[in-house]
Amino acid sequence: MSQTRKQLLVDPLIDNNPITLQVLGICSALAVTSSLNVAFVMSLAVIAVCGFSSLFISFLRHYIPNSIRIIVQMVIIASLVILVDQIIKAYAYEISKTLSVFVGLIITNCIVMGRAEAFAMKNRPFESFVDGVGNGLGYSLLLMSVGVIRELFGSGTLFGITIFDSVNNGGWYVPNGLLLLPPSAFFIIGFIIWGVRTWKKSQVEAREYKIQTLEEH
Amino acid sequence: MESLISLAVKAIFVENLALSFFLGMCTFIAVSKKISTAIGLGISVMIVQSITVPANNIILSYLLKPGALAWAGFPDIDLTFLGLISYIGVIAALVQILEMILDKYFPPLYNALGIFLPLITVNCAILGGSLFMVERDYNFSEATTYGIASGFGWALAIATMAGVREKLKYSDIPDGLQGLGITFITAGLMAMAFMCFSGVKL
Repeated sequence: MSQTRKQLLVDPLIDNNPITLQVLGICSALAVTSSLNVAFVMSLAVIAVCGFSSLFISFLRHYIPNSIRIIVQMVIIASLVILVDQIIKAYAYEISKTLSVFVGLIITNCIVMGRAEAFAMKNRPFESFVDGVGNGLGYSLLLMSVGVIRELFGSGTLFGITIFDSVNNGGWYVPNGLLLLPPSAFFIIGFIIWGVRTWKKSQVEAREYKIQTLEEH
Repeated sequence: MESLISLAVKAIFVENLALSFFLGMCTFIAVSKKISTAIGLGISVMIVQSITVPANNIILSYLLKPGALAWAGFPDIDLTFLGLISYIGVIAALVQILEMILDKYFPPLYNALGIFLPLITVNCAILGGSLFMVERDYNFSEATTYGIASGFGWALAIATMAGVREKLKYSDIPDGLQGLGITFITAGLMAMAFMCFSGVKL
């Protein structure tokens, strides 16, 4: 049993990553990665919401009527997000300003809904909790790696601590401003997906049209 | 009036929900393989967005804001913490009602949009539009303009994306980049193109 629980936690990190393989939850992921502090708080929020919503939905799974399950799941998730939102506003007000609407958008994050629908409705509470946390971690892993690239090369810092002395402060590093702008997040995720799929061949998508080679001709 | 037009242009091009705020990305990536379906989805998002943003604006100013309940005799109550749950409730309810109305009175449109309507409830662009409306403190007319314009911007982005992807499938792409990877990079290039509008002043 413990083996499968470990799998539930580890699988979503790379082998079954919610963002690179399942294309879920990209919506709120990219906008918050230009600085690591913000990405870190966002990751914690998603892990918490995803874990606990799976836990509570799994507790209630025998009582939720099938026809209105989406609404019930939505209410549970929304209440948890309100809780997280209030906590962030209370203890990290500055960061909550930068996150702006994106904490609220965890409600419509497909990872949370997807796990509730696909796993928590069919499995026991503890397994669902582990599965929720695992998927939250998979999301965080990608969020943090994009955040590291964007903050390190975009402004020469990590968590606000200077790593490369930028030219503006008399150092040698010329910050790459593009990395702080929205398009860079698309490129970085695109390249991360490329990397992961070159490593794990099984994730490669089939071609719709095959290019004919000369030998085949 | 002029400020409304500039608000609309800003919402469509400069602050495009899909390409500069990454909202509605899941559907943006998943449903942009064919132009016809992309346009169908784009239109439904636009309709829903132009109804829900003003509706949430009314909810906010008459029920939730500090002092908003003065008309009912409770001038001291501040219910803004209930915001998120009310907005998503309003969105879910309105999408459901819209679906029923379309089914009853406009069956051809319902058949064309049918599959996309329920999807829209969980589209971040819709909830995001309402949350931006709250954060930027729009009044009713601004909220209406913003709703229509941001929905149109999203529709424009997904339709263009589908156009690019229809041609893209014939090209020779490295195996690992096939599908999702190249789609992200294309979206990045489109976002860069849309950034050119950020200098436009009205």
